[in-house]
Amino acid sequence: MAELWTGYVWPTAVIVARILAIVLPLLVAVAYLTLAERKVIGAIQMRKGPNVVGPFGLLQPVADGLKLFFKETIVPTGASKVVFFISPALTFILALVAWAVIPFDEGWVLANINVGVLYLFAISSLGVYGIIMAGWASNSKYAFLGGLRAAAQMVSYEVSIGFVMISVLLCVGSLNLTDIVHAQAEKGWFVFWHLPMFVIFYTSCLAETNRSPFDLMEAESELVTGYNVEYSAMTFALFYLGEYANMILVCAMTTVLFLGGWLSPLPFAPFTAVPGIIWFALKVSVLLFGFLWIRATFPRYRFDQLMRLGWKVFLPFSLVWLILTAGVLEFGGWLPK
Amino acid sequence: MIQALVFYLFAAVAVASGVMVISARNPVHAVLFLILTFFNAAGLFLLCGAEFLAMVLVVVYVGAVAVLFLFVVMLLDINYLKLREGFLQYLPTGALIGLVLLAELLLVFGSWKFAPDAPLSVGTHVPDPAVVTNTDAIGRLLYTEYFYLFQIAGLVLLVAMIGTILLTLRSRTGVRKQKISSQVTRTKADSVEIRKVPSGGGI
Repeated sequence: MAELWTGYVWPTAVIVARILAIVLPLLVAVAYLTLAERKVIGAIQMRKGPNVVGPFGLLQPVADGLKLFFKETIVPTGASKVVFFISPALTFILALVAWAVIPFDEGWVLANINVGVLYLFAISSLGVYGIIMAGWASNSKYAFLGGLRAAAQMVSYEVSIGFVMISVLLCVGSLNLTDIVHAQAEKGWFVFWHLPMFVIFYTSCLAETNRSPFDLMEAESELVTGYNVEYSAMTFALFYLGEYANMILVCAMTTVLFLGGWLSPLPFAPFTAVPGIIWFALKVSVLLFGFLWIRATFPRYRFDQLMRLGWKVFLPFSLVWLILTAGVLEFGGWLPK
Repeated sequence: MIQALVFYLFAAVAVASGVMVISARNPVHAVLFLILTFFNAAGLFLLCGAEFLAMVLVVVYVGAVAVLFLFVVMLLDINYLKLREGFLQYLPTGALIGLVLLAELLLVFGSWKFAPDAPLSVGTHVPDPAVVTNTDAIGRLLYTEYFYLFQIAGLVLLVAMIGTILLTLRSRTGVRKQKISSQVTRTKADSVEIRKVPSGGGI
């Protein structure tokens, strides 16, 4: 009995506690990201944004959540019921499980696995299923078109994301995310070495999370809102939460891969005294602000232009950069290990 | 003990969803069950300690191949009833192919030869996972011992890709395509003309 306790029950309890310690702040962050988005876009458009519920509109996310919670869930006729309910749950769960390998600070990681980058890549490539299944299961033309667009778009941009990741990995010699940050402590942040790759990665992340200017699958002017048009109440809320959690996730990925994760920008006294988690959160916030800024500034791409950018610009460029990186590392004798 | 339980869980779900792939009425559901099968196979790889293979299985098969598969199946206008009709008619052919494949597998299994030092490493990890990571070990083997086979596999895929592009390539005339380069190289000189228009005169 004691063995069962020390061997299984206690470790499980510790893991569950750690998961909660990641998920709860994440959900709060998601809630306030929606508020931040409305505030930032409001400021850019010289409006006030939500300012009625609570001081400075700070309780707005709570009000939104309650409203969605009390609405009625409507299932369209002819919908494939099981798939209809699985897909929002899938989107939400996938947006959460990816956080298991993100290192927030030295040693602050739920699962420090060897293939962390591949895990993140795998999870983000699964994100498309929630959307394509929702589009199909809704039994609606708009939703279906949105789902198909999403599938084409996400598969296209994943390719260049993969090549960008490989160029970074070549400089590290490990797929472990903590090792990537340690390598950046030695060699300097990869954003300096791989600046074009950073731009490609950030733009591909916009496309991968279906954010403006690549939000073609939502395209409210032509597809109503695309894949989630038939969803209401909590099922809709799950999509919404998943989408925003994914935004934070890709920003965290960019931070770890290019901006030195939890490292302080200047490696001496007043800066290194600040806890790593604060630097991490600051970097993620700056990237997220970029997402919101872009949304308020750029017009939407046309679909053929989107595909052209992915396949004819990003893919060849990242491929050439990858070969260049490998060549420089090999002939400069800088290969890790 | 937990490991064994998890193994049986993954294995059972993999087999059950494999059966569902061929017995599901709706082709989209069949593809979704196929994805579930891939997942459980990835879980089994993880249990073996083959973390790299597990992740690559998910990335390649679930993340790319199955998405395209789903894409195609959703776009096809399939009459489910008609699909069922010919079942008995095609059954003998299907069974024959299955038998041939089974016989081939048995033949391969019967004439399987192990490398001379292979029995020494049964039940142990070579190289030790604590020293060399999974990814590293596979890379070292693929890019040294099996380099040519690896490259040939890549070439086969390239040939298939070129073949597909050739089959679907058609050059239509009279299509107005956007030429980004000509848009970018446009200058003020060759696109705008400023004229003085006399009042009441027109151009």
